[in-house]
Amino acid sequence: MKANKNKIKEFQTEYTVINGLTKGDVFTKLSAVILGAGNFARKEFVKGILFLLTEVIFIAVMAVFGAHSLAMLPSLGTKETGEVFNEAAGVYEYVQGDNSMLILLYGVITFFLIGAFIIVWRAAIKSAYKAQCKKERGEVIPTFRQEIRTYFDTNLHKTLLFLPVMGILIFTIMPLIFMISMAFTNYDRDHQPPGKLFDWVGLVNFGKVLDFTSDLGKTFWPVLGWTIVWAIFATFLNYIFGMVLALVINRKETKFKSFWRFGFVLSIAVPSFVTLLIMNQMLQPNGAINVLLRQIGLIGMHDSLPFLTNVTWARVTVIVINLWVGIPYTMLTMTGILQNIPSDLYEAAKIDGANAMTIFWKITIPYMLFVTAPSLITTFVGNINNFNVIYLLTGGAPSTMSYYKMTAGKTDLLVTWLYKLTIENKDYSFGAVIGILVFVITATSSLIVYRRTAAYKNEEGFQ
Amino acid sequence: MKKKTITNLIIHLILAILVVIWVLPIIWIVLISFREEQGAYTTTFLPTAYTIDNYVRLFKERDVFNFPLWFANTFIVSCFSCVIATFYTLAVSYSMSRMRFKMRKPFMNIALILGMFPGFMSMIAVYYILKGVGLTDGYLKLVALVLVYSGGAGLGFYVAKGFFDTIPKAIDEAAYIDGCTRWQIFTKITIPLSRPIIVQTVLSAFMAPWVDFIFAKVITGGEPKYYTVAIGLWNMLTKENITQYYTRFAAGAVIVSIPIAILFMKMQSCYMESNAGAVKG
Repeated sequence: MKANKNKIKEFQTEYTVINGLTKGDVFTKLSAVILGAGNFARKEFVKGILFLLTEVIFIAVMAVFGAHSLAMLPSLGTKETGEVFNEAAGVYEYVQGDNSMLILLYGVITFFLIGAFIIVWRAAIKSAYKAQCKKERGEVIPTFRQEIRTYFDTNLHKTLLFLPVMGILIFTIMPLIFMISMAFTNYDRDHQPPGKLFDWVGLVNFGKVLDFTSDLGKTFWPVLGWTIVWAIFATFLNYIFGMVLALVINRKETKFKSFWRFGFVLSIAVPSFVTLLIMNQMLQPNGAINVLLRQIGLIGMHDSLPFLTNVTWARVTVIVINLWVGIPYTMLTMTGILQNIPSDLYEAAKIDGANAMTIFWKITIPYMLFVTAPSLITTFVGNINNFNVIYLLTGGAPSTMSYYKMTAGKTDLLVTWLYKLTIENKDYSFGAVIGILVFVITATSSLIVYRRTAAYKNEEGFQ
Repeated sequence: MKKKTITNLIIHLILAILVVIWVLPIIWIVLISFREEQGAYTTTFLPTAYTIDNYVRLFKERDVFNFPLWFANTFIVSCFSCVIATFYTLAVSYSMSRMRFKMRKPFMNIALILGMFPGFMSMIAVYYILKGVGLTDGYLKLVALVLVYSGGAGLGFYVAKGFFDTIPKAIDEAAYIDGCTRWQIFTKITIPLSRPIIVQTVLSAFMAPWVDFIFAKVITGGEPKYYTVAIGLWNMLTKENITQYYTRFAAGAVIVSIPIAILFMKMQSCYMESNAGAVKG
């Protein structure tokens, strides 16, 4: 709370919008309606023109495109595409109806444009008020050129952040909001624009997905269960084995350290889509592994082990293969941390007469756990969202009739199901609901753990 | 003493077995790429005869699966998205590490929250937005891919920010007193001091288009002309193509994997270097 107050003070300025609107003179107040008026009054012409131009463009865009989009947004379109009887000509004519998807998209874009304009509007008032204050105090108002120069100095962050933030807004936030809004519509395989309209349905989709008895619910809960089981196994087994491997390679007595590391790293250096697709081929009923087992004589000439065809086998297989993928990564990070354990810790222990075993159990292991514990949650979240391993290795197979319209298989995680729902089956509304639920799950689990680790950190800090 | 030798022997033996398990699929794919026998499934584990025909045909038979073109596509996309993504990442990291402004904390929190949504949840929405702008026709698809790969790069600032944090602020202040602007500090001091992290950012940005196939699949749609290697190779393994193209898939995979593996190794060593710096500093 205290830190919060300090932060507010740190960035406090008298040039705020509220001050501008209450204490500003007539030109500053006029800036709220005609952007740049205040700047013109203080002879800041370039700035004034820029503000005014933005306003003109904004009004034009809103008139041509925005107002219509906003007006259509509540209904998401009313005219269905189809044939309409033209009485004058006496024939049926094909009439292009409303496209709900485009209406929704344009609506979202319009909201972003309005948001952007509000930012400019605020900037204009602040700028006008600033110019007014400076003039009243008799200070020199910086020229436009000087002002530009600050964008490479004290305001550098604005210059540096402009393009990246635009990128994030357009390619991450806007699509995300578009997709989230789809969760509240009935945009599924039966309501595909441009042929059909879809409409707002409120929270109905959430009800359908979370309902234990509905078709979707009967898929969602088992898939969620498997996702969590998978994430727990994938995270902890990787963590434990990766750590053991790093410790073993890092032992003083182990020879050829870099050779071993190279061997393991090689397996992750190759793109995962290559190795996983190859694994998928090797594990098929007639794939290399079964052929090898037949040649050695472990199984009969025509038998095969159901690595990816039996549900339990397939689930164990993906966890094991994920170990193959994940252990080298864990080993790498663990090695980095191991090599960075402050040597004074060891020296102090030696002076106190600790032997190698004590040092290992009382310093190395606690240090490793302390440093890496927070990363466990990142890995856990990463595994909940682990698309590649499942999609490339099993594609969700074995499939089952008991899941919603056979969109998911028994090894599908929520994310791969989300992918199949949206990309392959066009059930966008349900896909969006699942995306939101995945977010809720990952966000809450991260939040809980972050709070715990923070407390843990304060209790016994290592450094 | 003797007990220790035996333990050591066992440990080395286990390590050797493990390394074999880990490297086996990679060796196997190399063997397949030289296998004379076509088809996905054979009756023997190791190939019976070897040939370089698979590589030759991969480059010569270009009517259905045009591997050289995919390679060129991916390379072009990689180069552009690498430049943009690197700039985005470094710009955001520097701002977060060195500048102090009102939106700094909120921005970092938003980045954290955005990271918790499944990455491709919004993919289909991105596709419609790009389609709305008209970037999904013809060669503009490659432009769309560049934008998709680099657009969100600003969110991946954590590692580089961590590195910038370890560069002593005293250096900045000294330069500032000597009359440098922030921009000059950024370009003339921070960047030259951050070689490992820059190499790492460049490499990871460069590698993304080579290994991603989710976005590529959605954006390129069904047009093989604009495929990247990942999506093209993936298509070789569909049910209709696998018997005919399996060995060629292996050949293509080997060709793509070699440069990527080298870059990955390079990136790892840079990562270690930058990490070491981070902890010591």
